[in-house]
Amino acid sequence: MNATAVRAGFSTTVQDLGRTGFRQFGVSLGGALDAHALRVANLLVGNNESAAGLEVTFGGLQLRFADERLMAWSGGEFDARSGSTSLPVGHPVVIREGDEMGIERAKTGCRAWIAVSGGFDVPVVLGSRSTDLRGNFGGKEGRALRHGDELPLGKNSERTRILIDKLQRERIARWKPPHDWSSPAKREPTLRVIRGSEWNRFDNVTVQRFTGDKFTVSPDSDRMGVRFEGPRLKANELVDLISEAVGPGTIQIPPSGKPILLLGDCQTVGGYPKIAHVITVDLSIAAQLRAGDEVRFREVTLADAYQLLINREQNLEQFRRGLQPHFS
Amino acid sequence: MEIVPLGDSALIVRVRKNFDGAPDEALNAVLATRRLLENAHLPGVIELAPAYTTVGVFFDPVRVVASGAKPDEVFEWLAERIREVILNANELRADRMETSPIQIPVCYDAEFALDLDEIAQHAGLGAQEVVDLYCASEYRVHCIGFTPGFPFLGGLPSKLATPRRSTPRKEIPVGSVAIGGAQTGIYPVQSPGGWNLIGRTPLRLFDPKKDPPALLRAGDRVRFRAISRDEFERSAM
Repeated sequence: MNATAVRAGFSTTVQDLGRTGFRQFGVSLGGALDAHALRVANLLVGNNESAAGLEVTFGGLQLRFADERLMAWSGGEFDARSGSTSLPVGHPVVIREGDEMGIERAKTGCRAWIAVSGGFDVPVVLGSRSTDLRGNFGGKEGRALRHGDELPLGKNSERTRILIDKLQRERIARWKPPHDWSSPAKREPTLRVIRGSEWNRFDNVTVQRFTGDKFTVSPDSDRMGVRFEGPRLKANELVDLISEAVGPGTIQIPPSGKPILLLGDCQTVGGYPKIAHVITVDLSIAAQLRAGDEVRFREVTLADAYQLLINREQNLEQFRRGLQPHFS
Repeated sequence: MEIVPLGDSALIVRVRKNFDGAPDEALNAVLATRRLLENAHLPGVIELAPAYTTVGVFFDPVRVVASGAKPDEVFEWLAERIREVILNANELRADRMETSPIQIPVCYDAEFALDLDEIAQHAGLGAQEVVDLYCASEYRVHCIGFTPGFPFLGGLPSKLATPRRSTPRKEIPVGSVAIGGAQTGIYPVQSPGGWNLIGRTPLRLFDPKKDPPALLRAGDRVRFRAISRDEFERSAM
């Protein structure tokens, strides 16, 4: 059965956890810019955590469902509704045959992830269902959704059916994941960074500005990267490095002196000096940055970054086990 | 050799310090290192990304820890394994390049070769001399990047090196063959770009329905063959 995009929204794409193994051919990782948020939403509806969901940017999406489904969403502070019923972030909800749901008006942050039981069953291209907007492949015909698009859904699993039955009366589950997981957007975010390989090639004043001043997110930002206005950093004289691998989280300083934070759709190699890298757990916050947001960078150690990531993974494992009774 | 972190989920193995002096030697060492690391199947390693003088190693720290690394020493643990693999290898033997160069047909028709005059002027040559010189040389893929399937080719005759355009074009047609500084390359998907367009190939350099999806990979040798507009139209169908 299908879901229909009655309204497609500003920029909505099908995304899973991304495409690996093809960087050597210049293919980006892609996938949900906040992979953790998509994993959580998938777990809430009884999906495999790598199932494909929808990544909504700023809202404007209205979906209609042809059969009964479990749905959960995570991400920024949005207004999600089904008819007159408000759909709170992080709570699994039963969507009945013929029902519609909409997601509107990002108040904080700019992206949300919608997981539907069965997952969005678009063809797998190069090992993933994620939309690659630069290469024009994957997802729905390699592009953002359009009005009227039909999106195939996989079958509801046995697990999902059990929870749907349990929720027949109340429709919306009372339980939800930890708040930071389903709603990572912050009003005045601080992104924790570790040093990049060219950190030491910038002078002290530049490094102090980088970690001390506020930077403003430029409107010229997308799934490839976030550009910052604000204090210009003194570009390093060695701007013409030999290109080497870059990845989501890498912060480059191009000759303009305005930092660029790379996100999931970034190119696979780059030649600008890398001053720092946003740590993996804070990519959830980075994925919510919108034009005008004021951001600070704070240095942490590599050991801190690993500890935070391992802790989050352990908590997710605990959460996964805690969910089990709802699905059995 | 130097191993440095690239954030918390990747690292870079710097195989050679310099590129300009001996680009082929650097490439061979990079490819050999890639091969060694591929065969080593190190725990938690997801994929390898070779480029010019380096191999990027992308990994899942959670799986590295599950394989015995202390949570605060993931990078050091993996870097140590990588050093062992490389130092234990008797020599960095490059993949043997027995195969002949891959032929890329290029039409140098004025409609495709938008910057051929600039390139010729810069080189102090005639347009046909530029094409002849370009086709006479053998090239090697040093890196795939920028867009899916975009090959960065070394081996451009130094006379043909042409600075990038001061204002990049917003949309470069698929298949455009171009010169940027001392490198040359081919635009496999529509994208913006600042290189000087010298011609266009009817070959498809990137096809996501194929595995591998790219026609070229790092290490491949390449030659360009001039074709007529007729041949271009026939092959492009």
